[in-house]
Amino acid sequence: MRHRVAMASPLYSLPGAPAPETAAPATVPAAAPPRTIGEVLAQSQAGAVIDELDAALVGLAPVKARIRDIAALLVVDRLRLAIGLEAQTPSLHMCFTGNPGTGKTTVAMRIAEILHRLGYVRKGHLVAVTRDDLVGQYIGHTAPKTKEVLKKAMGGVLFIDEAYYLYRPENERDYGQEAIEILLQVMENQRDDLVVILAGYRERMEAFFRSNPGMRSRIAHHIDFPDYEPGDLLRIASLMLEAQHYRLDDGARAAFEEYLARRIRQPHFANARSVRNALDRARLRQASRLFAEPDRAWTAADLTTITAADIRASRVFADPPPAG
Amino acid sequence: MMTNPTGRLTQGQFSFLPDLTDAEIGLQVEYGLGRGYAWSVEYTDDPHPRNTYWEMFGMPMFDLKDAAGVLLELRSCRQTFPDHYIRLVAFDSTRGIESVAMSFIVQRPRREPGFSLSREEGPGRTLRYTIRGHEGDKPEGERYRE
Ligand SMILES: Nc1ncnc2c1ncn2[C@@H]1O[C@H](COP(=O)(O)OP(=O)(O)OP(=O)(O)O)[C@@H](O)[C@H]1O
Ligand SMILES: [Mg+2]
Repeated sequence: MRHRVAMASPLYSLPGAPAPETAAPATVPAAAPPRTIGEVLAQSQAGAVIDELDAALVGLAPVKARIRDIAALLVVDRLRLAIGLEAQTPSLHMCFTGNPGTGKTTVAMRIAEILHRLGYVRKGHLVAVTRDDLVGQYIGHTAPKTKEVLKKAMGGVLFIDEAYYLYRPENERDYGQEAIEILLQVMENQRDDLVVILAGYRERMEAFFRSNPGMRSRIAHHIDFPDYEPGDLLRIASLMLEAQHYRLDDGARAAFEEYLARRIRQPHFANARSVRNALDRARLRQASRLFAEPDRAWTAADLTTITAADIRASRVFADPPPAG
Repeated sequence: MMTNPTGRLTQGQFSFLPDLTDAEIGLQVEYGLGRGYAWSVEYTDDPHPRNTYWEMFGMPMFDLKDAAGVLLELRSCRQTFPDHYIRLVAFDSTRGIESVAMSFIVQRPRREPGFSLSREEGPGRTLRYTIRGHEGDKPEGERYRE
């Protein structure tokens, strides 16, 4: 019956005739508005992600505290919204500064997830880019490239690694400036659609902001990632090995501590990433060691244990021991 | 009886409905993204029914997660071509399908004079029909201007 009625009325509108009313898009009946922090966290399941971030990442206490602060702000905002207080989207663009391998990319992915759970980004994916993805090679190339990236990041988080490369003061006609301007516009006008996180070394980021005050003023949260203590690095190593079903025996643990003490002083030390690379090489040496005895039956313990010899074969031990 | 009393171009989906709002366009785009389609924006001032291929406004958009990206491109197309027809096209790249899955008009000129049908009598009782757009005689770029 209802079909007939619908068919009988014309589907077009005559010019000048009153426009037929379009049905409002159906809205899902919302759950009762939350009244407590606990209810917001439970409804959004953001609490679980925050706890997981606490557990899965070693150290980084100041970073975790800042993320909790931001999450608290957003949760309270949700409560205020539930009682009808102003609903302007807070600015969520962030800047992560820190040395290589301090977990910036990893934390950005978690943040995307948290913002998604709390409803501040619609999809919660992370698009990680560097200058080459945004800036073109010739006139007219940059805007389409930057927009292409922005379109892919809509609904999620755009993570720009080593953002200061966008700005090259030594070349006044550098196309990076064009990318920065497009970014600024979207960061300002489409806060509901996209969160931008810039990342890079502290001093160079500072210099970048000094020459791009517009960018600084659009970033609400500056989070600094400290270098890891040797103890943190050791715990990160254990976590990484555990995930791959390896372990260090006592000798290897002592050797690895010594390894870290030496490696930290060497150039190009990249915190957790150096740990990961060192462990990858130790696994290679362990495999070679087992490979050298083709007729021996290896036990589960043999197959999963990295020994002191696997660590001490590293090039790092070839140099004289650190002075002092 | 008038066959199309509003004179509106009726091509693609939803063309008998009142124009979709941006929010409604967004919902359609979300639906397509959910099915893995790649959206693209196309425009023309020659909407003759046999003109299948409209001009592309930028590349088709692969790997988008959210409708906001498509709407961004649509807004910039509207700004560039305020008097043109614009449509959104969704491409289904699934092997074996590889064709357009959705297509609908998202901008029309304010005035749509429509088409005329001319009949040409041939030998015997043959009739040849030709559809001609009322704006079609003007040069490209000058059509549908107020
Ligand atoms: N706190 C941590 N606990 C466990 N693993 C960590 C931690 N921090 C970093 N890692 C691991 O170290 C590796 C490097 O981290 P990530 O890529 O996030 O560093 P980054 O700061 O983005 O480095 P870069 O500046 O060079 O891009 C990753 O494999 C990550 O899983
Ligand atoms: Mg990184």
